[in-house]
This record gives sequence, structure tokens and C-alpha cells, in this order.
Amino acid sequence: MSANTDTIDEFVSSEYKYGFITDIESESLDPGLNEDVIKFISAKKNEPEWLLNWRLKAFRHFEKMENPEWAHVNYPPVNFQEISYYSAPKKKGDGPKSLDEVDPKLLETYEKLGVPLHERARLAGVAVDAVFDSESIGTTFKEDLAKAGVIFCSMSEAVQEHPELVKKYLGTVVPYTDNYYSALNSAVFSDGSFVYIPKGTRCPMELSTYFRINAANTGQFERTLIIAEESSHVSYLEGCTAPMRDENQLHAAVVELVALDNSEIKYSTVQNWYPGDEEGRGGIYNFVTKRGICKRNAKISWTQVETGSAITWKYPSVILQGDNSIGEFYSIALTNKAQQADTGTKMVHIGKNTRSTIISKGISAGKGQNSYRGLVQVGKKASKARNFSQCDSLLIGDKCGAHTFPYIEAKNSTARIEHEATTSKIGEDQIFYCNQRGLETQDAVNMIVNGFCKEVFRELPMEFAVEAQKLLDVSLEGSVG
Amino acid sequence: MLEIKNLKARIEEKEILKGINLSVNNGEVHAIMGPNGSGKSTLASVLAGREGYDITDGEVFLRGNDILELSPEERAREGVFLAFQYPVEIPGVNSTYFLRSAVNQVRKHRGEEELDAMNFLKLVKAKMKELELAEEFLKRPVNAGFSGGEKKRNEILQMTMLNPSLAVLDETDSGLDIDALRIVADGVNRIKNQNNAQIVITHYQRLLDYIVPDFVHVLYDGRIIKSGDKTLAHDLEEKGYDWLIKNA
Ligand SMILES: Nc1ncnc2c1ncn2[C@@H]1O[C@H](COP(=O)(O)OP(=O)(O)O)[C@@H](O)[C@H]1O
Ligand SMILES: [Mg+2]
Repeated sequence: MSANTDTIDEFVSSEYKYGFITDIESESLDPGLNEDVIKFISAKKNEPEWLLNWRLKAFRHFEKMENPEWAHVNYPPVNFQEISYYSAPKKKGDGPKSLDEVDPKLLETYEKLGVPLHERARLAGVAVDAVFDSESIGTTFKEDLAKAGVIFCSMSEAVQEHPELVKKYLGTVVPYTDNYYSALNSAVFSDGSFVYIPKGTRCPMELSTYFRINAANTGQFERTLIIAEESSHVSYLEGCTAPMRDENQLHAAVVELVALDNSEIKYSTVQNWYPGDEEGRGGIYNFVTKRGICKRNAKISWTQVETGSAITWKYPSVILQGDNSIGEFYSIALTNKAQQADTGTKMVHIGKNTRSTIISKGISAGKGQNSYRGLVQVGKKASKARNFSQCDSLLIGDKCGAHTFPYIEAKNSTARIEHEATTSKIGEDQIFYCNQRGLETQDAVNMIVNGFCKEVFRELPMEFAVEAQKLLDVSLEGSVG
Repeated sequence: MLEIKNLKARIEEKEILKGINLSVNNGEVHAIMGPNGSGKSTLASVLAGREGYDITDGEVFLRGNDILELSPEERAREGVFLAFQYPVEIPGVNSTYFLRSAVNQVRKHRGEEELDAMNFLKLVKAKMKELELAEEFLKRPVNAGFSGGEKKRNEILQMTMLNPSLAVLDETDSGLDIDALRIVADGVNRIKNQNNAQIVITHYQRLLDYIVPDFVHVLYDGRIIKSGDKTLAHDLEEKGYDWLIKNA
């Protein structure tokens, strides 16, 4: 156990403006991964025994697994013993009972990130759960949501307050055996968000979680679980940033969505983890497992705008188990500098008349490498399943790359699967044409990129579409000479 | 307005412009004719500041200021407009948004107030009527999937909206039927006044029936080998270029 205090280190960068570090006393576990670490985390959170046992089983499974190598990304092996698996802002006494008691430095941090948490300046119509390193520091609009019967809290709190729900659903969509990083996450997850929408309820506001990695040498392993009961509806958004640091940091999250009959979950991500520099120094390794399950007539829609991280490895998927269920995946992935992204989706058609749509927009600039990897699977019983996939790549410059790996496995002859793919390049002639009309090159590039991404922006909640567009502009700064 | 002195330009080590001299005064229309490959489009590109050319000699003054050091967008804001021989398609970028951004960049540079969406639409719709362009045009991406004639009319629409002091039209008449030709010519004549000038690059004398030039120049092998008044265009139509080239 060590308590450390980060030195104030204000990074000034026009390119990544979230790179600052919050100077706050935190309680961190020494680096290292073993059963004691897992027991520590579990005890820290006062978890019931079944959960500790589940974590330990996951850990034992993890130890037997190997790092996956199939993704089109390159990085030195992660040394799991060098990572600290728990870091949280030090609490004074019993810890804050409400947001008003939260350390002002933390509130300030979120304010700087454009996510005000305090009473006066809360984002209108959006409830926010703020996760700082390993812990949730507070959730806004809790009472308003409670009136509608909606539960929106941190995962740690859910384990205490709603253990029956957590126990019923945790690991049902993404079992710890699923893959290397889901096993690791199941063993060491610290916090994340929990959402429960009761039957027949339309969640009265947007829910959002803001993830922030602050401490050095720590990984963030959050776990999010969203349950939409029959005929309910929820729209959820997550945002993420991290300070600029020279070493890589690991973010290995698991997100599970359960959409029961006739319900709808819309899950949007604006991911802006620190991407590292031009030479590929630093940045977040973003190895994430996201999956949802749809029961009858349910719908899950993933929308993601991925601009950050040194390496992104992420395939938000939908299991279309119920008849007539719908899965959607709308993605913008931008790689600039030395960033690498291998992202896409899996649509697993099990029920009859299930439908899925995949719209993927990959943008590569600088030395960025961008891969789309998607699987459309149609089971024997999934008669009349339909899928439409559109994968477009846009290249800016000569040193970047775009790759498309679509996989199709259809076991039912009535399935209809359509796949379209295009690759285009922002041409010197297009830039000159824009310049000749008085537009700066950077503006021209932004305009073309934004046009390219239009179909996906349309899917984001209004408030965030504008943010996402600005984020894309900033991420493209310096992408043209 | 424009003063070109002994302009020489190379592309990939090959000299294309071999010493161009040209003066264009306010209120004048100049036509540049010449066989394919003689350097007409190159001259237009060099005036607009396109990258990839080595300017090995000469000077270009716009209203007395040397513009060769300016970037393409700075020249555009200073009032240089190029109607492209081959207008470029920009998929995904909405025509209205594109044009409004361009117009506002130029207005900002001139110290004029930027146009809001409403006022811009009012203005652009009026101009489109004159050019007989359907309004749905505005909803489409810039030049994407436009017919040849639509692209050329779009160039004229942009010119009209940007109201340049020097417009260079590179074969805007090629591929247009006679009605479209008239519409394009009307567009040019409408912006023409005593404070601006136009350079019209063309192969055909027929355009010059509608846009009457004050001067006609023949460009051949990177040089202006003959200048005259509008009757020169008629001579060229009748006799071709050979008689001039032999003498050159
Ligand atoms: N990008 C280029 N690279 C090499 N040569 C070029 C390039 N562009 C034009 N040229 C050459 O320059 C000459 C003049 O071309 P251009 O200005 O297009 O002529 P015009 O417009 O009069 O038909 C031609 O010989 C053409 O082949
Ligand atoms: Mg030409």
C-alpha cells in the first residue's frame, strides 16, 4: 500500500487538451497481479463472498489463457505485474455522502473536462456518473431518476444496494471465459456504471458515464451493466479521457447490455483516451469487450466515435436471440499519428426475422492504421435474417493504412446479407478546389471528414453530436502538411 | 488589375510556361485561345497558386501586389477565382454548407459581416434562378454525381456568389449545349463591372459571341504568340492555328 501525490504537471497542448493531471492524494495498490490483489479489491468494496469467488475463478481462468494475437495491431507485450490494479482518490473520513461533499479538486477536474457535476451547472437533461481511476465519485440526478424507478449508480453501489440484480445478470452476456481481457476484467474490475430500467419505463433523461484515468501506472478496468426490462427504453453515453503520459496505460473494460422483450438500449461512446505522440510513445491501450443481448422485438444500437487511444481493440456486438430483434452498429474510428485501431462488430443472428445494420467509417491520417473487423453470423434457425453492412475508409496522406476484414457465416439459406465497402483518399485536387474557394486546408479536411461521417453523427444524441464533431476536428489537427 | 511579367513555370522538370506577359485592366475581358497542351490550364493553376509548379522566373501582380508568395486560399480571398476545367467532386460535403463557408471566408477577409444561413439562402436562391439551377442542387454534395453541364453551372454560381475581382474561366464552355452556354455567358456578363476583370479560356469562338472580349490572345507552347481584338477569334475559327504556329 502506498499513498502517492502527483506533482502538478500542466501539459499545454493544442492537440490533446485533456492531458492534464489532477493533483490529488490517492490511495493506490502497489503494482502486481495475484490473488491477494483481487481479495484486496473485493474487501475494499465490501463485496459478498459469491462475487469474490467469481473474481477468483476468473483470475484462475485468466492465468491459463494467452494474449490474443489475431488483431491487426502491433505492441510490445503488456506486463501485468507492472500495473497497479487499484487507485482511488483518498477519502476523508467516511467519504462523501453527496456530490456536494466531493473533493473540490475532483469537481474542478470534471469541470475542466466539460462535465460539470455540481448542482448549479449540471448538464441539462443528462445524468452523469463520474468514474475517476478505479472509483465512481458520484452520480447526478439520482433522485429524479429514482422517481421514475430508474437505478443509475456505480457498480460498487449496485453490488451493495441491488445484489440480486447484479448476481442475476453479471457475466451472463460476457462470461469471464469469453476472452483474455474479459477474464482479466472480471478478476480485477473496480467500478463502472450500473443501470436498471423497470418494465414499461422510458428513462426520462440521457444517462452518461465519464471515465477519467488520472493516476500513473494504473489500469482502468471498469464494468458496466445495463438492464432494460420489458418495453423499456434508455439512451446511455460514455466519454473517456486521460492525462498525457509517456508510458502506455491499460484500459480493459467490459460492458454488458441486457435488452428484454420489446425494449431498446441505445449506447453511445465518445472515446478520447490519450492517443500517444507521433512516435507512438504513450497513450492508452483500449482493449474492450462490449456485448448486448436482445430478447424478442428488442433493439440494441451501438454508436461509437473513437478518436483516442494508442491502440483500440473493440467489437461492440449484439446477440439477436429473440425473434424480430434488431442490432445496429454505427462507428467512426479515427487513427492519426501512430495510433492503431482494430474495431468492428459481431452480429449474431439466432432468432427469426432478426435484422442488423453495420455502418463503419474508418479515417486514417498520419501513420495511423485502421482496421474494420466484423462478423455477421446467421444460425440455422434464424430464418429471414437480414444484415446490411457498409464499411467506408478514408485516407489522409500516404503513410497511413486502412484494412477491412468482413467475415460472414450463414447457416440459414433464407438469410440476406449485403456488404458494401469503399476506400477513398482525400485528394490533392479536392484540397486545392477548397483552397481556391478561400477555405484553409485544415477546414477543408474537417469538412470532408465530417461529411464522410455524417451517417454516424446522425445516430448520436443531439448534445453529443456537436461535441463529437469538434473532437474529430481537434484530432485531425496537424494531419495535413 | 493583373500584370503578368515573363512568367516561367515547370512541372516535374518540364518547362510548360516559357515567359508569359499579360496585362489585364479593370473592366476588361480577355480571351485566351490555343491548341490543347499549350499551357492554358497551367497558367490558370499557377495564377490560382496550385502546388506542384516550380515558378522559375517572372512576377504576377494583382492590384499592384505580388501574389506569387500567397497561398491559394489567400489569393482566393484577395479576389482570384478559378472556374475549373474539371470541377472536383467532394462527396459528403453539402453544397450549401460548402458555398456558405467559402462566401463567409471571403467576406471576413474583406471586413464584411458574415452571412447567416437565412440570408445566405435568400441570396443563393435568387442567383440560382438566374442560372436556371434547381433548388434541390443545394442539398447535394459538391459536384458529386453532377452532369458535366451542372458542374459548369455550379462553377458560375460559385463565381457569382463570391463576386471575384479577377475570374479565370477555364474552358467553362466545353461540353455545354447552346442554352447552357447562354446561361453561363449571362452569368459572366452579370458580374462584369468597371472594378473587375475576366480571363476566358476557350477553344471556340461561339462563346465569344456571348462574352465579348476586349482582347484575344493565342497561347502556344507556353508563350503568347499573338494578341489582337475580337476579330482574331474569328480568324482562328476560320483558319485554325497553323498559320500562326508556322510564324511563331
Ligand atoms: N501534372 C502534370 N505533369 C506533367 N505534365 C503536365 C502536367 N499537367 C500538365 N502537363 C503538361 O503540360 C502541358 C500543358 O498542359 P495544360 O496546361 O493542361 O494545357 P491546355 O490547358 O492548354 O490544354 C501539356 O503538355 C501537359 O501534358
Ligand atoms: Mg486545359
